[in-house]
Amino acid sequence: MSATVKKAGFGATLWEYLTTVDHKKIGILYLVAGMFFFILGGLEAMLIRIQLIKPDNDFISAQFYNEVLTMHGTTMIFLAAMPLIFALMNAVVPLQIGARDVAFPFVNSLGFWLFFFGGVMLNVSWFVTGAPDAGWTAYAPLSIFSEGHGVDFYAIGLQISGFGTLMGGINFIVTIVNMRAPGMTYMRMPLFTWTAFIASVLILFAFPALTVGLFLLTFDRLFGANFFDPSMGGNVIIWEHLFWIFGHPEVYILILPAFGVFSEVVPTFAKKRLFGYSSMVFATVLIAFLGFMVWAHHMFTVGLGPIANSIFAVATMAIAVPTGIKIFNWLFTLWGGSIRLTSPMVFALGFIPTFTIGGMTGVMLGSAAADFQYHDSYFVVAHFHYVIVGGVVLGLFAGIIYWWPKMFGTMLNEKLNHWFFWLFFIGFHLTFFVQHFLGLMGMPRRYWIFLEDQGLDFFNLISTIGAFFMAAGTILFLYNVVVTQAKGVKVSGDPWDARTLEWAIPSPPPFYNFKQEPLVRGLDPLWIEKTEGDGKIKPAEPLGDIHMPNNSFVPFMMSLGLFIAGFGVMFQGSYWILAVIGFAITAGSMLYRSFKDDLGYHVHKEDLEDEKGDGSNG
Amino acid sequence: MADDMLKSTNLPQNPERATLEGRNKFMGFWFFLGGETVLFASLFGTYLALKNSTVDGPAANEIFGLELVFLMTIILLTSSLTSVYAMYHMKNNDPKKMQLWLGITVALGLAFLGLEIYEFYHYVHGYHFGYTTSAFSSAFYTLVGFHGAHVAFGLGWIISLMVRNAKRGINLYNAPKFYIASLYWHFIDVVWVFIFTVVYLMGKVG
Repeated sequence: MSATVKKAGFGATLWEYLTTVDHKKIGILYLVAGMFFFILGGLEAMLIRIQLIKPDNDFISAQFYNEVLTMHGTTMIFLAAMPLIFALMNAVVPLQIGARDVAFPFVNSLGFWLFFFGGVMLNVSWFVTGAPDAGWTAYAPLSIFSEGHGVDFYAIGLQISGFGTLMGGINFIVTIVNMRAPGMTYMRMPLFTWTAFIASVLILFAFPALTVGLFLLTFDRLFGANFFDPSMGGNVIIWEHLFWIFGHPEVYILILPAFGVFSEVVPTFAKKRLFGYSSMVFATVLIAFLGFMVWAHHMFTVGLGPIANSIFAVATMAIAVPTGIKIFNWLFTLWGGSIRLTSPMVFALGFIPTFTIGGMTGVMLGSAAADFQYHDSYFVVAHFHYVIVGGVVLGLFAGIIYWWPKMFGTMLNEKLNHWFFWLFFIGFHLTFFVQHFLGLMGMPRRYWIFLEDQGLDFFNLISTIGAFFMAAGTILFLYNVVVTQAKGVKVSGDPWDARTLEWAIPSPPPFYNFKQEPLVRGLDPLWIEKTEGDGKIKPAEPLGDIHMPNNSFVPFMMSLGLFIAGFGVMFQGSYWILAVIGFAITAGSMLYRSFKDDLGYHVHKEDLEDEKGDGSNG
Repeated sequence: MADDMLKSTNLPQNPERATLEGRNKFMGFWFFLGGETVLFASLFGTYLALKNSTVDGPAANEIFGLELVFLMTIILLTSSLTSVYAMYHMKNNDPKKMQLWLGITVALGLAFLGLEIYEFYHYVHGYHFGYTTSAFSSAFYTLVGFHGAHVAFGLGWIISLMVRNAKRGINLYNAPKFYIASLYWHFIDVVWVFIFTVVYLMGKVG
């Protein structure tokens, strides 16, 4: 690093992170915030499991249970899984395509702060009138008649956070289309970049449906609209449609980047090119396409009729085909490879059978006739935890561990990582495998208590014990993070002997990423240079000035304004003043952004030449 | 470099797409409009599901008057044309004429918005057709109101661009900004065409 980077004080570091537009730092912000909410959601999960450890338990009250259950789902999906995916996308995608930054650095920062304030807003509800209690799906009319302001916090908090996600999605689409280095054609893009691209497209076309649904919910609750009130001609099923038109693509938004992580990890540690690269790309696109036409499989029991149910059942089962293609491609990549059992690889190997079980129960649930039996039982709970924890969470942890050296320049302790994996993996199966049987025995989901001597006692106990294993594993991971960062042992740019472009530059990369734009000669560009060249990426341009964007505090202010305005809209009366102040802050920030030219700055060639031995492009 | 961005001479053929920043904005905004399309599609779907849920309130064919809405349609379509003229002059590096046509666009937009406010006022006071009257009224005001809010936002956007750049020419920095504002203006025009058809025409005869 250059002499210009000094050891900064706490205040300067804080200000840097509040104003940063650097995708690597925004990635770290997403990681920290996402992990915070992941722990919060995990604590909520522990409360649920402790409540269900024995029959007729009164560990927490029924109302509090509803709130904890709702917030567990909402937090894990919107405030933990989504930002952790954005953390990896921010940290990795620009590096994988040889870009110096994302297409819209300012918007990238705005996306983070909107997500963050939305998440804070949701959790403020704990301290003001109580948290949302209508389930993470907030089905009407329950969500309309829910008392207090809990569901208002849900609607407005997710609205703010959803704006941020939408902006992040557009940013990554344009980044990947416009900012690829010379030679980085679409069919040479690493699979993680491909899945980030497709997930961003899904975000773009799925989130507006949620935006509308949340607006309608807000208008019904706060302004007397009648969308979901049957006595005034409203229709509660509209909410279910809008929610799932968003909600089903959402699960592919979550899982596709996890598939992408495994498609990076498996070739690296099997020391083989990814088997069936083009079929992987095709399967990703096909899953995304089909993902938009299966939403009604969440609504089989609503009564849409046999024709609608059949069409959605067939479309649902069709998704098993491209997903199966992916599973076999990973297996064939492993086949005959020289496998290194590093911790990301162990996560990948644990993922394959776990996710396959989740996919299998998915096909069972996709069978419309059988779904009447499984619907709203613990079988569904088991299914979606197998795909979301067994798929998304294992993928996220594999990705976080795999790219940790690239993000922080240090290496997490491998031994602790393995311990973490086994505690978490065994705990996961203990918790959720038995829930399949609880569901088939008739235990409904979301219930506060169950009665004794109905054959449910033992499996619920097992399930709770499993949850403690998962908690222990997560604590071990956090311990690992603290110890690793405290020691701060620096590693090289390519500690895993990997294949893609991000490993060709130092860890952590300089703020401009690539001193010279890299020239990409094929799929797995670094591996090509290792096997056919001198192991160094060739530059595609002579050394020149680098244009960089300016930091800005405006995104923080814009998001803060909406956060404040949300309370005014919610509490109304004399609180309307908050809405006026909040919207004025946001609008004023937008005008400031519009009126002040922001041309960025240049890193001069001479300064770059002074930096020796940072390893970028040799 | 920074000076080049703000220089108003020797502009290329398409100044809005001449820089990487410009191309990014251009493409990003098209994708944003894709998302907006889903947003309005969801609102249209909701409206279609509830358009006959009038309960005790008035129905569509009792309140809509096509004369006013036809006038609004003509005004908004014309404003789309005038924004094209503004972009034509932008590409010819003629900032005065661009500002003039943008001004006409804004005037037409304000006229449209004024008529829409009058229309809503008329429904509320003439027909007791308020936001909370029925599911139909909620869906109507939400769909048409979302469009109206987009028009209002677009007006604020174009006006602030005009004010900010009143004393300087067209350059590679502000050309993409003008261009995407005009794209946005076309988009809300297209949405109105659908509202005119689905809400008003189908409301009268459907």
